[in-house]
Amino acid sequence: MERHLAMVISGTLAGTLSRLMLLRMDYRQYPGYPHGMIAHISLGFIASAMGAVAMPAIIKPDFAAVTFLALAAQQFREIRAMERKTLENLEKTELVKRGNDYIEGIARTFEARNYLVMATAMSVSAAYYFGGIPAALLITALLIIFSRSFMAGETIGDICEVERAGLDFTGALLKVDEIVIMNVGLKQMRKKILSEGLAVRIKPKGANARAIINDVGQRAAIAHTAATILGIKKDVDTPELTPMARKNIDTGEIGLYILPAIKDPEALMLAVKRTPVLESARSKPLSTEAGRIAAGKYDRV
Amino acid sequence: MTECKRILAVVTTDNEKVGGGAPIFIAGSHEECDGMAQSLSSILDGMAHYLENGTYIIVHH
Repeated sequence: MERHLAMVISGTLAGTLSRLMLLRMDYRQYPGYPHGMIAHISLGFIASAMGAVAMPAIIKPDFAAVTFLALAAQQFREIRAMERKTLENLEKTELVKRGNDYIEGIARTFEARNYLVMATAMSVSAAYYFGGIPAALLITALLIIFSRSFMAGETIGDICEVERAGLDFTGALLKVDEIVIMNVGLKQMRKKILSEGLAVRIKPKGANARAIINDVGQRAAIAHTAATILGIKKDVDTPELTPMARKNIDTGEIGLYILPAIKDPEALMLAVKRTPVLESARSKPLSTEAGRIAAGKYDRV
Repeated sequence: MTECKRILAVVTTDNEKVGGGAPIFIAGSHEECDGMAQSLSSILDGMAHYLENGTYIIVHH
């Protein structure tokens, strides 16, 4: 009995620790700190306790008890809905929208992390049963490292080259190099954009990357990240100053325009590079034969 | 895309070229037209777009 208790405690501790480590990556995406953090640590604790209890139940053996894991899965689906709802409500007052794709990505990540925590707790309690404290510690460390690298995902910097670009006007049309961004009517705004605006060009490294940044939600996420990290001068009555990412329809390259609070091109390029690649935007046309043929022809144009 | 764009106002120096459902403001000169477009865009929280023919439209994005 005592051994079972030790298994549950070790699993729960390891799971909660793993949730805490994963939470560190979320501050830039999610503004609920510190209350949001408490909610997520509590749910992480519950998830790890459930995961940790599963192993003793199997060993006892009490297979009926394991079915509560299915109940847990149902509960954690609620987390996704909760996150989505919170972020959608906040979206209404965001000056630069995250976009639905980004919100969905964050919500899905929160749900998935609880399953990850549950699996960690289950594995660690099993490790404790078979190998004692040293095995439990080893598995905890390995699983935390795995979770962090596995859940981190790719960033725009991994799949694209980001270069500085020029801002210019043709009549009222604002352009990033040759890519048309929008029509800016007011002359004062044009002057302000030319003197204080920044632009970058995002060049995809291959057909898969081109398909990813072709996604409108991914582009909204890039603009949102750049605006969050650099700050923007936009207010509710100056929609001209909204950061915007548009595509060169012939090459698939993206031009991003932003009027940041602090004009620092290097910082902007770093911010764009660290934008996460959204799960919903990810596609792999190169994994099909048709995609490879099309990509080969595209690159020759 | 679920964007809903609406023309909130039209500002022009040439009333021959405009018509339709949105409120139309006629300016006496290009300078007046610029000023009116700026005021209306900040009053209506819309964006002023220039149509290259002496006409501005204020659009809600």
